[in-house]
Amino acid sequence: MSSEHAIDVDDQHAVDTHHVDIDKQVKIYITVFTALMALTLITVAISYLHLPTGAAVTVALFVALVKGSLVACYFMHLIAEKKLIYAVLAITVAFFIVLLALPVLTVSDGYWIPEEHPAATAPATGGH
Amino acid sequence: MDIPYTVEIRRDTGLTNGKIGIWLFLASEVMLFGALFASYILIRTGAPSWPHGSTILNVPLATFNTIVLIGSSVTMVMAWASLMRKDFGKFRLYMGATILLGFVFLIVKYFEYSAKFEHHLYPSTNNFLAIYFTLTGLHMLHVAGGMAVNAYFWGPGAKQWKTNPVWFTNRVEHSGLFWHFVDLVWIFLFPTLYLL
Repeated sequence: MSSEHAIDVDDQHAVDTHHVDIDKQVKIYITVFTALMALTLITVAISYLHLPTGAAVTVALFVALVKGSLVACYFMHLIAEKKLIYAVLAITVAFFIVLLALPVLTVSDGYWIPEEHPAATAPATGGH
Repeated sequence: MDIPYTVEIRRDTGLTNGKIGIWLFLASEVMLFGALFASYILIRTGAPSWPHGSTILNVPLATFNTIVLIGSSVTMVMAWASLMRKDFGKFRLYMGATILLGFVFLIVKYFEYSAKFEHHLYPSTNNFLAIYFTLTGLHMLHVAGGMAVNAYFWGPGAKQWKTNPVWFTNRVEHSGLFWHFVDLVWIFLFPTLYLL
């Protein structure tokens, strides 16, 4: 294996040649796995409390967010990634928020949509 | 002509082309599932009434599937870690376990879907089932796609380990990123559809 190759694998994940023990990472994976299992059981347990819808949605999505962050940070190595990846994800998150905000805005009775005049919704008669 | 920057780092990006490629692909996937989640919110909030997921769907089975998928994420990352340790035997073991767990997930979904169809519950039955089948169906396609790629690296693609181990390790990592993304999507699908 060329030294260039060795740099690639090691540099991306800060292991091996940088003397960061891969065993340490494996221990982190096991810890994260345990945390994910516990959070899954917590999610299900909370659902049996029959909280009001608003509280249930908030709690369930919060726990899902924590679980998702653990997967992204440790399994997908986002905790130590290059700036370009963060930039790509920042743009993605921004568009994702806009995407999810659209139905929320719709629910708030479409305040930004001009109210249609009854005449505007009437069938056109002979016009272009 | 060789594919450039498969193992060498590009000076401008600080990454291999494969790494930036898979992240851009995952960004598009976020928007794909994001559009469906947005549809779900729109349909649910606009509906006069909406069933609680647990009254129609099988929560214990879905909980089991969540555990299976999280487990497969761990075996996937362990497969990559095994290659970093230059332990090809362990890689085969962990990658095989990942594929197997993927199969388990799909089999459980098969039983879930069958139970719905037996009770004449189809996507056309109501909005809840329409969005349930759409989201979980698309997710299942991703599981199947990830399994196909993983199976390739477990089987015929593994011979690259002998000729270019670094490239092979990078490819397994990229495949793993996709697999973790599939797990991540399920982490949000599970409470959204089954528990709320």
